Amino acid sequence: MLELVNVNKNFNSGTINEMCLFKDFNFKVEDGQFVSVVGSNGSGKTSMLNLICGSMLVDSGKILINGEDITYKKEFLRHKNVGRVFQDPSKGTCPSMNILENLSVADNKGKPYNLTRGTNRKKIEAYKDMLRPLNLGLEDKLFTKVGALSGGQRQALALLMSTMTPIDFLILDEHTAALDPKTAEIIMELTNQIVREKKVTTIMVTHNLRYAVEYGNRLVMMHEGTVVMDKSDEEKKNISTEDIMRVFNQISVECGN
Amino acid sequence: MALILSVLEQGMIYAIMALGVYITYKILDFPDLTVDGSFPLGAAVTVVLISKGISPVLTLPISFVLGALVGTLTGIIHVKLKVRDLLSGIIMMTALYTVNLRIAGRANFPIYNEETIFNNGFLNSVVPAALAPYTTVIVIFIVTIICKYLLDAYMSTKSGFLLRAVGDNPTLLTSLGVDKGLVKIVGLAISNGLVTLSGSVFAQHQRFFDISVGTGTVVIGLASVIIGTSLFRKITVLRVTSSVVVGSILYKACVALAISMGLESSDLKLITAILFLLILVIAMDRKKVQ
Repeated sequence: MLELVNVNKNFNSGTINEMCLFKDFNFKVEDGQFVSVVGSNGSGKTSMLNLICGSMLVDSGKILINGEDITYKKEFLRHKNVGRVFQDPSKGTCPSMNILENLSVADNKGKPYNLTRGTNRKKIEAYKDMLRPLNLGLEDKLFTKVGALSGGQRQALALLMSTMTPIDFLILDEHTAALDPKTAEIIMELTNQIVREKKVTTIMVTHNLRYAVEYGNRLVMMHEGTVVMDKSDEEKKNISTEDIMRVFNQISVECGN
Repeated sequence: MALILSVLEQGMIYAIMALGVYITYKILDFPDLTVDGSFPLGAAVTVVLISKGISPVLTLPISFVLGALVGTLTGIIHVKLKVRDLLSGIIMMTALYTVNLRIAGRANFPIYNEETIFNNGFLNSVVPAALAPYTTVIVIFIVTIICKYLLDAYMSTKSGFLLRAVGDNPTLLTSLGVDKGLVKIVGLAISNGLVTLSGSVFAQHQRFFDISVGTGTVVIGLASVIIGTSLFRKITVLRVTSSVVVGSILYKACVALAISMGLESSDLKLITAILFLLILVIAMDRKKVQ
């Protein structure tokens, strides 16, 4: 379980541009939930992910994972049991290394990176079996540098790499936003499949309202650092993109947009 | 013939240093000026150890370890104290000037009558007389090739994979639960280990230590790396490390050519600088065309 307790976060503290994003913000994600988070730009979606992952520290408040206080835990240590996929496909892979090397380095997460061989020939078949269902032809390109792949292929690889080893949380930060509609669809299907298979607790930030409605078992809408809508399970099933749009527009009108 | 031999000898000695610069400049994207201090460190340590009667072969691993320590310090200054990369190198380079003087005890320290890896009882007894003029180049070749292959081998280990990834995409390392700062420090340690080892071979080849031998080392290293990696970019059969070694030899050939055209050896640093500028401009031109 993930908990954000009374989190406060200001930007540009002490300057004229000071901006309060989170004020006594509370948020809870139960084990096994697949949460879609929507909201306009600047609503705090990505900042929330950054606070959870440790790319950004809270001003005050607490962040707990399964009861353990990780508020001030180093970023790389938090990732030991957290997988993260970014909007930019190049952030999840290493362009100068080939697919096999990328998969191998991800496969070793949590184990020591010592002086034994980086790639294991015996695992090649297993990796191919993993890549085949993607239907992107990656299984025949194990020795191709990742820098030569398309954005969609890279993102698919990044998604596989971040979920290869056992993790407690999967954090998806607008991970389909930089892809064309067709590829985005493939990546979203793949995401759903992985989340179901591994039963990993997932938080997905997205601008695509349809994905937010279709996938996952909880939908959260954020606005100016607060949760303005939170529907799970049965309630979520009855919600449509139109409903969300309506709430969305209402907020925008109130803001004067 | 003597000129070719000298180019090969010098080129391969500096190639070990260039391999180190390759790690920092190309892989870590860290222009490491520590090199100007760690190269003479190897020379200083070596002449002192040899004059004290230590086996010349032993000076090589000792130099590597000392260089790795120096690199670790540069890394700590950069990663832990958060000093900018260029400045971390400048601080270490300046500090090492004094350290090197202290180690050698004076600015110039010849070892003309001592045994070296090129001239010792063992070599003199096993090498046939016909091969004698080539002993030096063969020994350098062996040392350089061993360094190259060890580096290649390291790069294909799990730890080496992290080093390759950290310059490419540091975010990935964090996502893998790895401390990217630590990986950078390891890279700087290996890099400066190689540079110091190169300085040790250099001192045994020249048979002296001089406090000024380090000046401009980083420029020679960068020039070699850029020549090697941009000339042989298309040839994939050649490993990058091999291209760096060839780049270093080509660079020394250019310098030798310039001197043979009537320039004096006191002009050397100027030649080095101008050549480096030319190489940078040409290499950038090639990038644009791509």
